[in-house]
Amino acid sequence: MQDRLKELEGEAISKVESASSLKELNEVRVSFLGKKGPITEVLKGMGKLSAEERPKMGALANEVRDVISMRIESKQQELEEAAVNEKLASETIDITLPGRPVRTGSHHPLTKIVEELEDLFIGMGYTVAEGPEVEKDYYNFEALNLPKGHPARDMQDSFYITEEFLLRTHTSPVQARTMEKNNGQGPVKIICPGKVYRRDNDDATHSHQFMQIEGLVVDENIRMSDLKGTLEVFAKKMFGDDREIRLRPSFFPFTEPSVEMDISCKICGGAGCSVCKKTGWIEILGAGMVHPNVLEMAGYDSKKYTGFAFGMGAERIAMLKYGIDDIRHFYTDDIRFLTQFSVPEE
Amino acid sequence: MLVSYKWLKEYVDLDGVSAAELAEKITKSGIEVEGVETLNEGIRGVVVGHVLSCEQHPNADKLNKCLVDTGEADPVQIICGAPNVAAGQKVAVAKTGAVLPGNFKIKKAKLRGEESNGMICSLQELGIEGKLVAKEFSEGIYVFPNAAEVGTDALELLNRDDQILELGLTPNRADCLSMLGVAYEVGAILGKEVKLPETNTAPENEKASDYIKVSVAAKEDNPLYVAKVIKNVKIGPSPQWMQSRLMGAGIRPHNNIVDITNYILLEYGQPLHAFDYDRLGSREILVRRAADGEEIVTLDDTKRILSTDHLVITNGTEPVALAGVMGGANSEVNSQTENVLLESAYFTGPAIRKASKDHGLRSEASTRYEKGVDPARVRAAAERAAELMAAYAQGEVLAGSVEADSLEITPVIVSVTLEKVNRVLGTDLSEEVVADIFSRLKFDVLTDNGTFTVTVPTRRGDITIEEDLIEEVARLYGYDLLPKTLPIGTSTQGGLTDYQKKRRTVRQFLEGAGLMQAITYSLTSAEKAAQYALDKREPITLAMPMSEERSVLRLSIVPQLLDALKYNQARQNDNLALYETGAVFLKTGSSELPEEREHLAAAITGLWENHPWQGAKEPVDFYVVKGILEGLFTQLGIEEMVSFKQGAVEGMHPGRTALLSIAGKQVGFVGQVHPTVQKSLDLKETYVFELSLKAILSVEIPALRYKTIPRYPSITRDIALVVGAETPAGDLQDIIIEAGGSLLTDVNLFDLYEGEHMEAGKKSLAFSLKYLNPEKTLTDEDVMKAHDKVLTALKEKANAVLRG
Ligand SMILES: [Zn+2]
Repeated sequence: MQDRLKELEGEAISKVESASSLKELNEVRVSFLGKKGPITEVLKGMGKLSAEERPKMGALANEVRDVISMRIESKQQELEEAAVNEKLASETIDITLPGRPVRTGSHHPLTKIVEELEDLFIGMGYTVAEGPEVEKDYYNFEALNLPKGHPARDMQDSFYITEEFLLRTHTSPVQARTMEKNNGQGPVKIICPGKVYRRDNDDATHSHQFMQIEGLVVDENIRMSDLKGTLEVFAKKMFGDDREIRLRPSFFPFTEPSVEMDISCKICGGAGCSVCKKTGWIEILGAGMVHPNVLEMAGYDSKKYTGFAFGMGAERIAMLKYGIDDIRHFYTDDIRFLTQFSVPEE
Repeated sequence: MLVSYKWLKEYVDLDGVSAAELAEKITKSGIEVEGVETLNEGIRGVVVGHVLSCEQHPNADKLNKCLVDTGEADPVQIICGAPNVAAGQKVAVAKTGAVLPGNFKIKKAKLRGEESNGMICSLQELGIEGKLVAKEFSEGIYVFPNAAEVGTDALELLNRDDQILELGLTPNRADCLSMLGVAYEVGAILGKEVKLPETNTAPENEKASDYIKVSVAAKEDNPLYVAKVIKNVKIGPSPQWMQSRLMGAGIRPHNNIVDITNYILLEYGQPLHAFDYDRLGSREILVRRAADGEEIVTLDDTKRILSTDHLVITNGTEPVALAGVMGGANSEVNSQTENVLLESAYFTGPAIRKASKDHGLRSEASTRYEKGVDPARVRAAAERAAELMAAYAQGEVLAGSVEADSLEITPVIVSVTLEKVNRVLGTDLSEEVVADIFSRLKFDVLTDNGTFTVTVPTRRGDITIEEDLIEEVARLYGYDLLPKTLPIGTSTQGGLTDYQKKRRTVRQFLEGAGLMQAITYSLTSAEKAAQYALDKREPITLAMPMSEERSVLRLSIVPQLLDALKYNQARQNDNLALYETGAVFLKTGSSELPEEREHLAAAITGLWENHPWQGAKEPVDFYVVKGILEGLFTQLGIEEMVSFKQGAVEGMHPGRTALLSIAGKQVGFVGQVHPTVQKSLDLKETYVFELSLKAILSVEIPALRYKTIPRYPSITRDIALVVGAETPAGDLQDIIIEAGGSLLTDVNLFDLYEGEHMEAGKKSLAFSLKYLNPEKTLTDEDVMKAHDKVLTALKEKANAVLRG
């Protein structure tokens, strides 16, 4: 009996192994482990055995059953896997075909520059101030120490609408308005981006409309060294840590002392090239300590308060930063231009 | 201002400082040196030659065959085409092997069979601009004075071994419109003394006052007028060195008298004018405002009609000069002049500015007067000029000068404390350092216990307040030496306003949806300004536009975006989606600033979905654009407040345009551009919207509150309705929402059918309605009740029947 069981086990295992489909395997299961299967048949002859041998034989029979069903199980898994693999193989696609495009929009490069600067200065405690693009002569000029007939008004030929109203030539009137609103009190820390207009013929380097970004800080004890430190933070953030800055004395009616800031030329590394007009330096912005007349006109006591202001053209910054050669690109909105600014920068 | 390095050396010791180094130092101290030009750059081998003989070329009418001594063993033969070449002249010879500007190499040549060993040069050929060459040499070669030594470097003799620094002067630094002013600046930078020119006139016995009487009627315009008389001058060329200096500074030489006045203008910054004394027509000078309609013919032979705004120099009756701007032709110095009346005057800026502007005449003189000259130099300049006229025109300078003097020079005294200097600059400078800077500037300074009291020299009219002194200290101390700090003191909270934050959200949303941000011009044509305006007001026009195309402020953005689409489509960019945020300008009362309203606009054309190999190629349509807006409104939390209603907008497709409103007020529109407009712009089907961003972003939205996620299941009922084909789906949806009550939480249109299986004039719309009670599990009965109400309302209000 024992031999018969072992024989059955061997027979069953070889049938399991040779099964080539789940269906065949099931037939093997039914034929060996079913109620009418050979093992059951063998066990029917147990009555002939001694009481001592009966449990032994029972245990052996169960063992054989277990072995067979384990082998069936593992074969089943194997066959199932093969079936899945076959299905997957038939589902293979060409992953080199182009994907379904997702439309992507992008910031205009000027907005990119403006927002980058806004965020930088917001981090330093500034708020963003805006004001009208059509301005009163008073805010655009007079409140900024440029009385009527001042020779420096020639420097910024403007679009007048009436004798008193004009398209602002800089965003400085926002500074004048903000200071005035503060009634000569407390700290002012603002950054003022916006469109400005000057009577220039549009060409590769001139535009009658452009985007300016100005900053203003007024408080007790604001020093020129604060201006220098602030400008350095800006320049390194905007143009990279490896750029050097240089301040040069200059003249603006609304600041005294006045400065112009240059950054070292990236193209030639300071050796001099056509971009930097052989100087190794590129002019970036104008700045200075707020002129006491400007403070006084806005209601601040210039004995107590000092301040600094700076201003730059967003187009110029973008042109230098990205190597754009014609200012008109910013306003023709050619998508071959606009799409280039959708990638993030560190 | 063009500054000759060699000339500057006469006033300041520049030993050990090259022109390039000087330029760098000047720039760093506040005056931008825009360029340094080496005058003899790229020129070699040009010497003084003596034309020994000159005869006509045997084979060419216009050429001469010259024998020229160039200081070498044998004279050389040179063929020269200049009309003014003649035997006996001292000329500039480019020898064979010489190099002229533009890398032009001189080689031995044969001209019409005759050998030529070099070239006799004009000044233009030596790199001097034609407009600077004196008339007598402008059509031919240059001729040196006879004393020129044969064989010496011709460029050196012409003072071309020099460098010119081009100063870019800001309006406040008019003091540097003179060599002396520049010398003071350079002296301060280098810490060197300034050597002023010395004047010693040997006076003749006769007095100037015997020859001329001077009076000024317009004292405010002309506080000081100084006249000198120089007799028996010999008009001729000015000395070589003076001509060279004038050319280096960009002034063309004329004759000795005129050149001397220009030379002094450059040296002192004081404009001078020389009249032909005998052509004045009187022995009197009267300075007054012109009468309206009075006339003068100026040196450039132009008749000028004057007004009372203009200041004139007269001979008592007639104008002889437009003061400070240009002399009159009637009293001009010419080759016959024997006696000269020399004017040195202090005219104030405004009178001169007006005349120079009205007559379009900007001269070296008017520029200086407009910016302000140094009143203390008026007399010295006259004395120095007279002395030069004696030296270089053999004139006799009459004793003294005749003056009309109402000038009061009140010294400008400004004080500043050391503490203030350091507080403003953020520095820790000592009293000595600051005092030293003032003394380098040659400012008269009293230092008393930390206070500097500075008497500002009249040449520095730009210094009036303590901040000006602080700037002088900062710039001469060196901006690069200032420390770098960040503001300390009151801390402030940085950030964006709600409006600014929401505007960024709008941009991000639209860009995420695939639109590209555009920026267009605010100025447009009158025709375009009015198109697509939400608020149709008369546009604002510039007083003096530069072109018709940019003459008016925009009332809408869509026309500009359509132009941008057109521009792109003309360049084969077909699938376009642009948006812009920006102000439009609305006229208010004439005494108020216009209202600037920020708008949001977009224009989309071409394919929206473009994935051809999977068959997805869908052009943009109304619902794409509407979907973008709905998404935007959802993002802003105002989707329930904005309504879309069919409407009409000029320039838009009449059947495919919706008006947007909030609380019954129109805030924008969306739809397809009218096909005729599309055609006129060469555009494919194009959709646009424009709305008041201000209105959208100003909607008050309730504070954000969390709503519990429902714990009970919802029940969905689908209905298919048959209605008249013209019934808007939105109306049905409104009816459903209103009738559905609080249990109805969601309604979605999921099918639209119009076609052959429908009765004519009818369509079928299918909605899916979701019912939910957040408090408990819904019963069929509850749903039935609510749903019946919906069906009844649909039947009653829209005659909608359930499709069987
Ligand atoms: Zn460079």
